[in-house]
Amino acid sequence: MKVLVPVKRVIDYQVKVRVKPDQTGVDLANVKMSMNPFCEIAVEEAVRLKEKNAATEIVVVSIGPQAAQETLRTALAMGADRGIHIVTDDIVEPLAVAKLLKGVVEAEQPGLVILGKQAIDDDSNQTGQMLAALLGWPQATFASKVELAPDAATVTREVDGGLQTLRLALPAIVTTDLRLNEPRYASLPNIMKAKKKEIAAKAPADFGVSTAPRLKVVKVTEPPKRQAGIKVKSVQELVDKLKNEAGVL
Amino acid sequence: MPLDAETRPIFLDTLRRFVAETLIPLERQVAETDEVPEAVWAQMRELGLFGLTVPEAHGGMGLCMEDEVRAVFELARASPAFRSVVGTNLGIGSQGLVMFGTPLQQARWLSGIASGAIVTAFALTEAEAGSDSAAVTTRARREGAGWVLNGAKRYITNADRAHLFTVMARTGEAPGARGISAFLVPAGLPGLQIGPPERKMGQQGAHICEVWFDDVLVPDDALLGAEGAGFRVAMATLEKGRLHIAALCVGAASRILEEAVAWARTRIQFGRPIIEHQLVAGMLAESQAELLAGRAMVLEAARARDAGAPIPLEASAAKLFCSEMVGRVADRAVQVFGGAGYVADTGIERWYRDVRIFRIYEGTSEIQKLVIARELARAPQPSFNS
Ligand SMILES: Cc1cc2nc3c(=O)[nH]c(=O)nc-3n(C[C@H](O)[C@H](O)[C@H](O)COP(=O)(O)OP(=O)(O)OC[C@H]3O[C@@H](n4cnc5c(N)ncnc54)[C@H](O)[C@@H]3O)c2cc1C
Repeated sequence: MKVLVPVKRVIDYQVKVRVKPDQTGVDLANVKMSMNPFCEIAVEEAVRLKEKNAATEIVVVSIGPQAAQETLRTALAMGADRGIHIVTDDIVEPLAVAKLLKGVVEAEQPGLVILGKQAIDDDSNQTGQMLAALLGWPQATFASKVELAPDAATVTREVDGGLQTLRLALPAIVTTDLRLNEPRYASLPNIMKAKKKEIAAKAPADFGVSTAPRLKVVKVTEPPKRQAGIKVKSVQELVDKLKNEAGVL
Repeated sequence: MPLDAETRPIFLDTLRRFVAETLIPLERQVAETDEVPEAVWAQMRELGLFGLTVPEAHGGMGLCMEDEVRAVFELARASPAFRSVVGTNLGIGSQGLVMFGTPLQQARWLSGIASGAIVTAFALTEAEAGSDSAAVTTRARREGAGWVLNGAKRYITNADRAHLFTVMARTGEAPGARGISAFLVPAGLPGLQIGPPERKMGQQGAHICEVWFDDVLVPDDALLGAEGAGFRVAMATLEKGRLHIAALCVGAASRILEEAVAWARTRIQFGRPIIEHQLVAGMLAESQAELLAGRAMVLEAARARDAGAPIPLEASAAKLFCSEMVGRVADRAVQVFGGAGYVADTGIERWYRDVRIFRIYEGTSEIQKLVIARELARAPQPSFNS
């Protein structure tokens, strides 16, 4: 079975982001970029499925600027077989991403698409769901466990208050949660071998999809600074403040 | 072979993440237990770290010197004990084989060295042969179709883990360097004995031991390079080794400085972060400038070597400057931390002890000066053409 894994290049999770002075967005100049951690988990899951002989080929796809090729190379070094790079400098919104991925799915005919549940830059948490709707495929989001049979997938999902287990007919869409697995480091020899793997370059127009934005960012602001706490001298004072100032008692 | 522009950042990034996420959180445990956990050895094998400098034909990555030092800049950001795990395989333990091994010797050992299945050690130093390494008295005498080794080595890194020793032993009557040959000696041979790890100032987790040879019989093809050419084998690996150590000092200094800066920005005395007190700022600025100078020396020498230039002077100068530099950077870091730099919790006093050895092994600072001066006497112009 072929598995398709979309991967997104985002600001590295360790970077402390800064909002641009004009509040139009986040400052990306000279900021370290990496593969979205949830996408990394998706790649890892696909590689494990291949190692268990449940998958035969892993295709990774990224939509983004030239530099997104590095993200694809990282996925190839982790164990994916080949890449597709849909090159665009635009900011592509989840719906356009889902439409492009639909085009890739129609061309590649995978039995399973594994996506990160969300990207840590805009936290939209929409692409997997939209793709499932566009394709009319079943979906299991926030997966913490995936088991694959030839015609069905059994997916454990993390939901409020517990775990839910779904059985989906294939082909299907799965989005990954944090606890699905712990991604491996690409081994250094595999990083070198990855450069010999194929990456096909495409354009949004090849799929007849417009990436023109439909949403307008009005303003981006930093979260309010945490106020300093106060020290109380006695339990009495604490109870008094909880009652009369915080109003929680 | 140099990494291409696309592969290099992925490679260095992976290494940096491994160091930050896996090695640095274990530093204190390793120092306290004097043991790098088995799981870390395994992870380093999986990552391919043992084979960075072994040619691709033998399963390694065959990094050029510039990529090697860049990798070391990253690896050395964690306690040097971790680097020591792979250090011998990257340098003195493998490069003699790469440069002087017969195809048969290379085929037998290098792929295991690259994968980390074989850990190597390099046995030159003896009780009476330290800086004066040509004074070795360990002997190898011909017997039948092989050689019999007798003698004692000391301070041998990774001896207690090693599967293969490169041993320098005297084979001829010629005095000094000319009578020395290099031998590939597998561990576990009858008569080969390893002492307990020495107790030392720093780098707990990395072990050095004495190694005794009592009528150790090795076959004829254990000879590495020509008979009597052992010292040349040793010295050829040293040029590369010195640059490697210099890179190690740069990586360590960058980590130590980062810690000191982070501390100075948050520690408040007299109402403001101490980094705003000029005498503290001055220490940090000096460390930063010296660190950049050392880094530039290492990179320039590495590029010159990759271009085919002999760099004995540049390698020794880089080793001398960078090992002294990291000593000063660590010393200032203790000062910036104040009492917290002397107390064990912050790890700064550990760094201070850990980096002290860099001025001693693979040639002391004094020996580096002698090498530099000897080269100056030969060709009074250092090469600035790279
Ligand atoms: C942690 C550690 C790991 C090591 N790993 C290895 C290893 O894997 N394999 C190995 O073979 N060896 C190893 N060594 C040995 C190391 O290389 C030697 O300790 C080093 O070369 C110095 O030799 P020495 O200790 O005998 O000091 P000495 O040579 O006795 O030096 C003492 C002092 O005299 C100075 N001095 C000596 N000669 C001169 C001179 N001509 N002019 C000016 N000053 C001089 C020195 O600079 C030094 O300051 C290791 C040592 C340590 C501590």
